[in-house]
Amino acid sequence: MTKPASFIKNHRLFSVFAFLALCVILIAIFAPYIVPYDPYTSVKSEAISAPDADHWLGTDKLGRDLFSRIIYGIRTTLRSAFILVSCILVIGSFLGIAAGYFGGKIDTLIMRIADMMIAFPGLVLAIAIAGILGPSLTNAIIAITAVSWPKYARLARSLVLKIKNRDFVAAGRLSGGSTGHMLYRYMLPMTVSTLIITAATDIGKMMLELAALCFLGFGAQPPTPEWGLMMNEGRLYLQTAPWLLIFPGLAMFITVVIFNMLGDSLRDILDPRKQ
Amino acid sequence: MTKKAIFQRLIQIIIVLFGISFLTFGLTYLAPGDPVRAMYAASGAVPNDEVIEATRTAMGLDRPFYIQYFTWLKNILSGDFGVSYSLSQSVLTILASRLWPTLKLALFAMILMLAFSIPLGMLTAVKNGKAIDYIVRFLTFIGISLPSFWIGLILIYIVALKLQLLPVMSTDIGFKKMILPAVTLAISMTATYTRQVRAAVLEELHQDYVIGARTRGLKESAILWKHVFPNSLLPLVTLFGLSFGSLLAGTTVVEVVFSYPGLGNLAVQAVTAMDYPLIQGYVLWIALIYMVINLLVDISYEFMDPRTKARMRS
Repeated sequence: MTKPASFIKNHRLFSVFAFLALCVILIAIFAPYIVPYDPYTSVKSEAISAPDADHWLGTDKLGRDLFSRIIYGIRTTLRSAFILVSCILVIGSFLGIAAGYFGGKIDTLIMRIADMMIAFPGLVLAIAIAGILGPSLTNAIIAITAVSWPKYARLARSLVLKIKNRDFVAAGRLSGGSTGHMLYRYMLPMTVSTLIITAATDIGKMMLELAALCFLGFGAQPPTPEWGLMMNEGRLYLQTAPWLLIFPGLAMFITVVIFNMLGDSLRDILDPRKQ
Repeated sequence: MTKKAIFQRLIQIIIVLFGISFLTFGLTYLAPGDPVRAMYAASGAVPNDEVIEATRTAMGLDRPFYIQYFTWLKNILSGDFGVSYSLSQSVLTILASRLWPTLKLALFAMILMLAFSIPLGMLTAVKNGKAIDYIVRFLTFIGISLPSFWIGLILIYIVALKLQLLPVMSTDIGFKKMILPAVTLAISMTATYTRQVRAAVLEELHQDYVIGARTRGLKESAILWKHVFPNSLLPLVTLFGLSFGSLLAGTTVVEVVFSYPGLGNLAVQAVTAMDYPLIQGYVLWIALIYMVINLLVDISYEFMDPRTKARMRS
């Protein structure tokens, strides 16, 4: 049996969800070729029409095609979730590795700030930050990053502390490795896989948190096709046009499930304790 | 926890509160909006620039950052959280009036969550690998992958609009008004907590004393409720404290969905109206409540775990 085939056979769950995630990403990339209508063009005469053959999922209050907007919504959600997770991952790991490697005052300062952020329900502060900075998708990402990095910093620090005093690190330092070299060639490679697995399992959660901020009006602004925002617009028409709420929610659900399952199965494959 | 440990935690709470106060104050200071204009806009009349400047001086907003911060901090320490720009009432009065509805909602959701997640978690742990285990785990997986505001709105649609069992909107905060928001909160929390109960009980089930109890011929149900359950309580209480904190945050979205007159709804209004004193007061209060709850949780260990007591005596 060839290598990929045996991998797929051994890791069926992961393969299925990796394939589905790939499909979602491809839909996002090729959105302009998939959608039947422009997601921004409003046709007033067709406002709030129920799903039919022309508009598969109906239209919203401005007569925009809901299916097209949901497909474009994948782009918004994926892009912002990936940016968000990468920001948290990079900032958290950088600070955590620095705290663990240098120790002393740097460690105390970084970890006390992290403790402060952890001793506090994140979404509350995220709402305050997003609200104070002004509502936009970028500010929502900044707000969630500001409250989520400590988890990664703690993890990175604990990983660094585990390897810091091992012989090969001492050998690296004795053979004249600079601080930058030590961090880049020794600390980063030893910690990065665990951190990335954690980030992968967090993508779904981050999508939900971003959607919550957008739903509250502190994220994406109209006319951006973003699912949280679309659900907020749709809730005003709950009685007359429930599809405006139901379909973006289902799209969100399906995407979050795919990425949650992908993250979980990836962790199961790579987690050394399970092998 | 020893007295010394409790004391250290109290000190830590104070330090964190200082940090949070500095952070929120710094953020509002840097914020792009103009609170004076926002305040006048809320009252309906926008005066000329001279009046705005005069108001700014009167409110002390023209002074340097650190002076503003320390004045503000001094007032807060003496119990004065300032006056809300948009509601023209003392921040403390507003927060106090909104606190109880939110706590009531959170407690109700907690009770619902415990009533479902503990039996379900234990069931799935005991029936590990059986069909029921997979079904419940599948349901919990759906629960954690759904946005809570969507669950809430779908509940409104089905229960209130289609079946007309409960009122959609009502002004009082009676029991009926609380059912749907509490159920919404409980659904996503039950999903998370059931998994945690399952993991904790599963770990206890693999301990040696369980095998010992089985060989002594104890009934499976007696082992489960008299031995395994009390032992798995400890990690669960920690998680319980943590989930109460996320509940305080989670109520925000749900309160907005149901127009429930609680702290979260207030916070969103305050942020939208750029009502800085109210935002600052809200953030500090939530931080304080959250940390005090976690401290109480840690203290409660002592009453549950005989091992901590034994350690303290020695």
